[in-house]
Amino acid sequence: MIRLKINGTSRQYEGDPDMPLLWFLRDNLELTGTKYGCGMGLCGSCTVHVDGKAARACVTPMKSIEGKNVLTIEGLSAKGDHPLQRAWKQCAVAQCGYCQPGQIMQAASLLKEKPKPTDADIEAAMQGNICRCGTYERIRKAVKIAAGVQA
Amino acid sequence: MSVTVLSRRGFLDTIFSAGALVLSAPLVSEAASKADAAAWHPSVYLGIETDGTVLIVSHRSEMGTGIRSVLPMLLADELDADWKRVKVEQAIGDTRYGSQNTDGSCSIRDFYDAIREAGASARLMLERAAASKWNVPVGECQVKLHQVVHEKSGKKAGLGELVKLASTQQAPKAAELKFKSPADYRYIGKDTPMIDADDIVTGKGQFGYDAKMPGMLIASIERPPVYGSSVAKVDDTEARKVAGVAQTVTLDKFQPPQMFKQLGGVAVLANSTWAAMQARKKLKVEWTASPNAEYESGAYKSKLAEAARKPQKVVRKVGDVDAALAGAAKTHEAEYYVPLLSHAPMEPPAAVAEFKDGKVVTWAATQNPQAVQEAVSEALGIKKEDVTCHVTLLGGGFGRKSKPDYVVEAALLSKKAGKPVKVVWTREDDIRFDYYHAVAAMYMKAGLDASGKTTGWLQRSVFPTIGSTFNADARYGQEFEMGMGWMDVPFDIPNHRAENGPAQNHVRIGWMRSVANIYHAFAVHSFVDELAHLAGKDPVQYLLSTLGPDRKITIPPEGDLKYWNNTMPQEKYPVDTARLRRVIEIAAEKSGWANKKPGNGRALGIAAHRSFLSYIAAVVEIEMGSDGKIRIPRVDFAVDCGTILHPDRVKSQFEGAGVFGASIARMGEITAANGQIQQSNFHNYPVARMNEAPRETHVHIVPSTDLPAGVGEPGVPPIPPAICNAIYRATGKRVRELPLKRHGLA
Ligand code: FES
Ligand code: FES
Repeated sequence: MIRLKINGTSRQYEGDPDMPLLWFLRDNLELTGTKYGCGMGLCGSCTVHVDGKAARACVTPMKSIEGKNVLTIEGLSAKGDHPLQRAWKQCAVAQCGYCQPGQIMQAASLLKEKPKPTDADIEAAMQGNICRCGTYERIRKAVKIAAGVQA
Repeated sequence: MSVTVLSRRGFLDTIFSAGALVLSAPLVSEAASKADAAAWHPSVYLGIETDGTVLIVSHRSEMGTGIRSVLPMLLADELDADWKRVKVEQAIGDTRYGSQNTDGSCSIRDFYDAIREAGASARLMLERAAASKWNVPVGECQVKLHQVVHEKSGKKAGLGELVKLASTQQAPKAAELKFKSPADYRYIGKDTPMIDADDIVTGKGQFGYDAKMPGMLIASIERPPVYGSSVAKVDDTEARKVAGVAQTVTLDKFQPPQMFKQLGGVAVLANSTWAAMQARKKLKVEWTASPNAEYESGAYKSKLAEAARKPQKVVRKVGDVDAALAGAAKTHEAEYYVPLLSHAPMEPPAAVAEFKDGKVVTWAATQNPQAVQEAVSEALGIKKEDVTCHVTLLGGGFGRKSKPDYVVEAALLSKKAGKPVKVVWTREDDIRFDYYHAVAAMYMKAGLDASGKTTGWLQRSVFPTIGSTFNADARYGQEFEMGMGWMDVPFDIPNHRAENGPAQNHVRIGWMRSVANIYHAFAVHSFVDELAHLAGKDPVQYLLSTLGPDRKITIPPEGDLKYWNNTMPQEKYPVDTARLRRVIEIAAEKSGWANKKPGNGRALGIAAHRSFLSYIAAVVEIEMGSDGKIRIPRVDFAVDCGTILHPDRVKSQFEGAGVFGASIARMGEITAANGQIQQSNFHNYPVARMNEAPRETHVHIVPSTDLPAGVGEPGVPPIPPAICNAIYRATGKRVRELPLKRHGLA
């Protein structure tokens, strides 16, 4: 039995310990805001926080997160008003929207580490997150607005 | 034809309540072109509930363009409804909505009139209802932000209050309608937020991958690695031992033509995604032989290129090219190549379906729910009306999701399993089993006179046609493919011939964002740039002079081919070189072309292309990094798409097109060996990331009252040639084969 916390709630898992967290979130808990895009840690669609740090849920086996705190897009803010979520709407970042929960979670982890990121910081942190619709320029702008640095 | 009040509305009953005022506005052009439309004209639907809620049916799929918001916004604006009290209902697939195929950049173009008519009719009916209620002239009543107002008396009534009275009226005739003046729009042109914006940033948006049905099984399918082969033998012993696996199912081989039939293979059905995917890896399948097993990209490329060097079928002819080339002061020839490409939408294909009592209900990420109805009904031998297709949000589409083979899989598996089944494609499935964007080879030859003017121009393309998906014997480019930047090269060259050669497909070929324009534009706009340098002229000046005087070109039919023009009459949407010239001038000016001379590994490149009836010029600035790889600091688009409704969504489509085009130019390449696709995920089929995308994209929209034209696709074609033209100016290196990664440039 694996115990862990997801968005502050205690959860238990019994099953294949190699199953990635992604499917526990999506299939077992119906937290479908965390997306599948590649299953190989290549695209960032499945980004969540594990103990406060961005992690790719698709390559995070359940056995590796016993006792940890997982935060998903559903738990990022109570009312959908995290500064990044607000900035995302202000800049109308989303096109299809599929990659955006992962983008926002990645950016949230960046801002935790670097509250005032430079362009280079943003690029380095966000490079692992693909947006096939091509919203990168607005993502960069929204991160800066949320961080209160010149956009 | 005018709007109708619907009292008995059958298929719309789940959307509107009994007391609502429901209007349908017919799609005139479609009704006229369809013989079976007499019974029920395909229409746009609008309802006003007695509580004042305005319900608008969105019959187009949302894949990122904003169409699910913008079309309803236009209707709400014409009615002068309060956007906060408007609810958008996503339509199921039904021919009574007209075409729902969200593809070809035509949603606004095709539905603009009907939507405005629906809004204006509802507005007039409510005003008439108020006038009769208050006993005042109807001309003194006006809908203002969700209520009817009679200024003189100060009387007001909410829309909901008037519904009952309005429902008893005849719908107005078309001639009686007055349309809002654009100056009075509240939402249109104002960058009003998208209706799904909140759901998306909170993770609540429901995509195909998120769809569920009670008691469903999840399926992962092992498909034939070579196109055209099928299951010879399967050993599923190990797969069935995996905890959570319910059963395996062998799917039949399809009978050509491919259409939207499923590919066959072996499916593992399990109670979780992980179990299905893991167990699938434990299947031992032997496959039958396929004639496509010899397909190898290198050899295939040589074949296409060879064919392009020989005379082929003529698709456009002006003057005498052979004589012009023979008599030219200088001639120049070049060969171009664009490889197979995969759509790779962020969300791989997924759908859930239930077969029960001879009927199918499905929730699918699809661009075309009516194609789902057709393909599923054919595969299961049931009636089209017995397939109900609900449309989820689409995590990207780019043309992939208008081909519903994955929904067919789900429906077939549900029938076999006796339970709802969700089919989820892995990224590997998506990249290895796509309907690929065609690989193409182009041969170009031109003759210049002593002054550098182009006097003769010959162009040949050879590629496997999308037609092969629908007719296994198709070898030549179809009318629509020839109409995409090939029959309609708008240059003022007295002797001009376009040709197209045959090719056989060895994989499924499909349409991807901007389709044949991608390779045609790459060859045409790279080549004209080559000629500019050959003539010693500035590329923008040369482009403008080659475009020639402002005129409207009528493209004549050639042999069995008519000029496609996006299915629109040329009188209504002519090839207008003045509009192309204007965007070239704007893009040059806004990018600072005249002042930014190439130097220090930086340079600008230009390309301008008409597609989907829109006129687009792109100036791309590139910079050579110390690693020898390019960066793209800036793109300037000048766009003339006719009337536009939502400037910000237009801009975002062009920003996205810049990135999509950068992916094609830099790294897009699918290859085959022994008939098998060699790429499988983003490590070997990369797409542009933040650091590889254009850093800044400036979209300059030409104000226009012309008829609305395409927005989602036409930004893509000019990008790859503009990038390569910039590379030439920065480095002197001419790239004629994509992608740049092959040349160490990306
Ligand atoms: S799905 Fe996890 S990184 Fe792509
Ligand atoms: S918004 Fe579509 S993939 Fe990012």
